Amino acid sequence: MRPAIHIVSAAFALAMLALTPPATAAEKIDPVADAKAFQKFFTDKFPKLKPEDFVTGPYSMNEDLHRQWVEKEQFPPYEFSLEMGKEMFSTPFKNGKSYADCFPNKGIGIRQNYPYFDDKEGKVITLELALNRCRETNGEPPLSYVKDEMAALTAYMAYTSRGKPFDIKIPNDPRALEAYQQGKEYFYTRRGQFNFSCATCHVQSPGERIRAEVLAPGLGILNAMPIYRSEWSGMGTTSRRFTTCNSQIRGVPLNPQDDEYRNLEYYLSYVSNGLPISGPGARP
Amino acid sequence: MASTIRVRATSSGDTTEVQALIQHPMDSGFVKDAKGEIIPAHFIQQLTFEYDGKPVFVADWGGGVSKDPYVKFAFKGGKKGDDLKVSWVDNKGATDTTTAKIV
Amino acid sequence: MSLLKPLLASFLLIAGSACAFAASEADYKAAYAAAEAANKEAGKLRNQWTTTASTLAAAKKAADAGDFDKAIEASKEAEALAKASIYQATSEKQLWKDLEIR
Repeated sequence: MRPAIHIVSAAFALAMLALTPPATAAEKIDPVADAKAFQKFFTDKFPKLKPEDFVTGPYSMNEDLHRQWVEKEQFPPYEFSLEMGKEMFSTPFKNGKSYADCFPNKGIGIRQNYPYFDDKEGKVITLELALNRCRETNGEPPLSYVKDEMAALTAYMAYTSRGKPFDIKIPNDPRALEAYQQGKEYFYTRRGQFNFSCATCHVQSPGERIRAEVLAPGLGILNAMPIYRSEWSGMGTTSRRFTTCNSQIRGVPLNPQDDEYRNLEYYLSYVSNGLPISGPGARP
Repeated sequence: MASTIRVRATSSGDTTEVQALIQHPMDSGFVKDAKGEIIPAHFIQQLTFEYDGKPVFVADWGGGVSKDPYVKFAFKGGKKGDDLKVSWVDNKGATDTTTAKIV
Repeated sequence: MSLLKPLLASFLLIAGSACAFAASEADYKAAYAAAEAANKEAGKLRNQWTTTASTLAAAKKAADAGDFDKAIEASKEAEALAKASIYQATSEKQLWKDLEIR
């Protein structure tokens, strides 16, 4: 074990020394070009798929899985969570107000607009964060970002937006562009002892396997959130997926809804603009 | 309290296809919680589908079946508009039952 | 005299290796502190590894049981893991571009 670690450390050190930073160090942040390249990469790689097919993740990557998924959608495992979410959403807080008072259009059919950049605060606001803020503003304790209740709420809100295309906006504000860029860098940065980045699986290997799982493409990967994962025997939020993904590659997860994760969600949602919301979803 | 059983039965020709999703923790009794204590066994032991007063599908389950089990099967017979009764009993003696119309 | 030299040499060798094997709690504490400091550094870079934490825990467990040899070995391994995670975070500041879809 120790000799291997020393070799790895030495390799990193060498890589650091050998590397010359690209000449265009001060590149302009161009989300429009990024999204175009991102979508083209995946549609080129999977020419038989229509853009909207990408939102079903691994199920579009494998015929047998697809067949099972079609059957499963007739009686989806997320039904119970969705019902719970609807009930939670319609139940008023102790002060008489409800979630509908915190969101545009009473919170119905708006999921495709999240995350958005709040120019007053200068940061990215995700749906999960907005829901907890709504609770706290109305005297309710915040929900855990990685447990069932938040998953149920976001499941209901996603359901009311089903079919609507992702419509993430990046205002012409250097802070928003920077947040977007941070999210993009996070996506491609290797981390954890396994030295994987999100891209390692979801850009380099979609449709291929990691152990027994078929990997989903990065395009459309958040469209089905939140998801009922058979592996979890339950519903999970985007926060849950980001944090567990980190620990799976032996990286200590950050706190749910930390800057890095919100920026990552901002980037991933933006590059999937135009693709329909399919949440809540089911995954292996 | 809402039923734990979602069922859909569709008849075509002389066959009726049934799908059901049942809400139940299906704890095997082998899993430990965060404190390291065993979560007690709590699972459906018998699941029965009845048509015309007779069982058309009976499942004897144990802790090996996952949470919120999904069942799909087909049986000969069944007409549109007829009733299909679904009921389960678990190891704690709890039960639930529902009746759905075959479409 | 010629017989004494190899004898002296072997005495010194034994004495030397005896020192190396007499791992003390102080040695362990120093090694553990170094590993912890490196891991804290990795934490500032928001890039700690789960295995660093578990190896540190194993070091502490060995020390609590009085096995300072094992505790020191684990501490040094934890330090190496922490340092590798620091190199990873630092080098990835540039290397991420290699994976980027353009």
